[in-house]
Amino acid sequence: MTTIKRRGFTALLGGAALAAPGIMRASRADAPLKAGFVYLGPVGDFGWTYQHDVGRKLAAKALGAAVTTSYVENVPEAPECQAVFQNLASSGHKIIFGTSFGYMNYMLKVAAQFPDIKFEHCTGYKQAPNLSTYDIRFYQGRFVQGVIAGKLSKAGVAGYIGSVPVPEVVQGMNAFLLGMQSVNPKAQLKFIMIDSWYDPGKEGDATKALIDQGCDIITQHTDSPAPLQTAAGRGIKAFGESTDMISFAPKFQLSASVNDWGGYYIKRMKAVLTKDWASGDTWGGFAEGMLTMAPFRNMPDSVAALAKSTVSDIKSGKNKIFTGPLTDQNGKVFLAAGQTMDDGTLSGLQTLIAGIEGKLT
Amino acid sequence: MDLFYITSFVLSIISASTPLLLAASGELITERSGTLNLGVEGMMLIGAIAGFATAHDTGSALLGVLAAAAAGIAISLIFAVLTQTFLANQIAAGLALTIFGHGFAALLGAGYVGIAAPTLPKLAFPLLSKIPFFGPVLFNQNILIYFSFAILACISWFLRKTHAGLILRAVGDNHDAAHAMGYAVLKIRYGAIAFGGGMAGIAGAYLSLYYSPLWSQDLASGRGWIALALVVFSAWRPYWLLAGAYLFGGITYLSLYLQGLGVLIPAPLISALPYFGTIIVLVLISRDRRRTRLNQPACLGKSFHAVV
Repeated sequence: MTTIKRRGFTALLGGAALAAPGIMRASRADAPLKAGFVYLGPVGDFGWTYQHDVGRKLAAKALGAAVTTSYVENVPEAPECQAVFQNLASSGHKIIFGTSFGYMNYMLKVAAQFPDIKFEHCTGYKQAPNLSTYDIRFYQGRFVQGVIAGKLSKAGVAGYIGSVPVPEVVQGMNAFLLGMQSVNPKAQLKFIMIDSWYDPGKEGDATKALIDQGCDIITQHTDSPAPLQTAAGRGIKAFGESTDMISFAPKFQLSASVNDWGGYYIKRMKAVLTKDWASGDTWGGFAEGMLTMAPFRNMPDSVAALAKSTVSDIKSGKNKIFTGPLTDQNGKVFLAAGQTMDDGTLSGLQTLIAGIEGKLT
Repeated sequence: MDLFYITSFVLSIISASTPLLLAASGELITERSGTLNLGVEGMMLIGAIAGFATAHDTGSALLGVLAAAAAGIAISLIFAVLTQTFLANQIAAGLALTIFGHGFAALLGAGYVGIAAPTLPKLAFPLLSKIPFFGPVLFNQNILIYFSFAILACISWFLRKTHAGLILRAVGDNHDAAHAMGYAVLKIRYGAIAFGGGMAGIAGAYLSLYYSPLWSQDLASGRGWIALALVVFSAWRPYWLLAGAYLFGGITYLSLYLQGLGVLIPAPLISALPYFGTIIVLVLISRDRRRTRLNQPACLGKSFHAVV
């Protein structure tokens, strides 16, 4: 413990010497910055929480002795999470990340109680002077998946394993089909909501049902590798979720949208160290390095090349994905030609585009 | 819908129902001996990780199943010692077993997340497995699916036709009388609990080595609780249990299937259905005391303390 402290001291002393104001600040910065993480699931889910923890470890490694990180896993989106945030706040953590939507109102309360501590809420939309929000534009990855699916699907019908019909999932389904339709205008999408983010058995069963109904490409918005595995067992190609799941289907995973939180965590922790932290809302995608695609495998080179150029078009802003004309399931145009959907509308999206079979509620 | 899809539909229902049937068969025997073990979910998870880890480390899925059964038995014996020897409350001990199993399995499985292991093979009967529909459904299945039917037939035969089965039921219905007749109530209950643990362990191995062949902390996702509900739903009768397991497995799969066709069924409603069904059966069979007595083992959940 003492060695680490001393190393941290010298490292920061070096930094402070450059910054001139002197030894007083350096000695105050002696102790490393404590960063806390609150997770919804177990770090072993190999999906959402796992990927956040990868980000945490990355940040801890990158910032070395300047920070120490700790996490609490399996924290429900219920009143007891408030106590978890309060505990972290009162045990010296200066920046606390909450990584699930349902923590929103509890974090808002705790942030008001601890004005000196910085809070970061993933996927939420309420900010405060010491509470920032951050999220990934997952739909960008879905569009790329859709382009690949549109090229590879012989039936022109893909299957989407959904969790619950929140805007993030609605954006994902729409973006996936828009990607498919960009290369095959007749493409269709079927979906099944399994009412859970994590239930390997049900995820696998939903996959079987979609394949039996004629879908020949599968993508998932749930966290376990079960849909990918099940699809592979039936000889159907599919996409991984949140993380590269290639080890579960070496011959059948086409790609996966990989959530990359590490860069954001490093940036925000550094901002606290340099006292530049400011509250804000970050919704990053390919361009910000928060979303990446796992290597494009098990597809012809021409399709992989198209997928790569789609990624760079989205990155450069040339392709904004949700641009008009967009027609809903009843044939009504809800985004006129030439218009681009603004982030506000997009983040509350509850409309499915024409070509998606099935209703939300 | 051609034959291929009908076959695939039936296969999916069978594979979704089997873990429920396996775990519930074991619990049925435990409860018929007069012991209520609410730890099924925990025992399943322990079985799932023991099976997965063994299969991964040895390369043999069959060894994995044996290890899962052994692990299920071992952890159920903790419950047996607490409730039978030390007369702890069965409800509390069972809940503790589930919570313990959940955490302990996660601890054991920490190094096995995100990797693949050998899966259980299918057993194809030569020629017969080539028959359309009946071939894939009846003659080309995972060995644990055959096992689930075989064990259920054995349980039914054991309870109805054998002397040992009669003694087991006697212990469950009136442990004092069984004791007075000279039967070793505690030993019999230890055996019944171990059998329940072994079956729950095998159900766990079915999940981690065949149904969704991977390890994760929430692999069982409440199937242990559905199995418990099924035992009550079946009114403690083996063939009703079979019907119940396939009914629940079938409804769950059918609801997913219909959603894919665009038929709107609220998913949360389907998740609640097994429990809802159980409540209805409970109400039906407890309408009058005579009916309840006919069905429920009279000593269910009661501790036995021999007064010499």
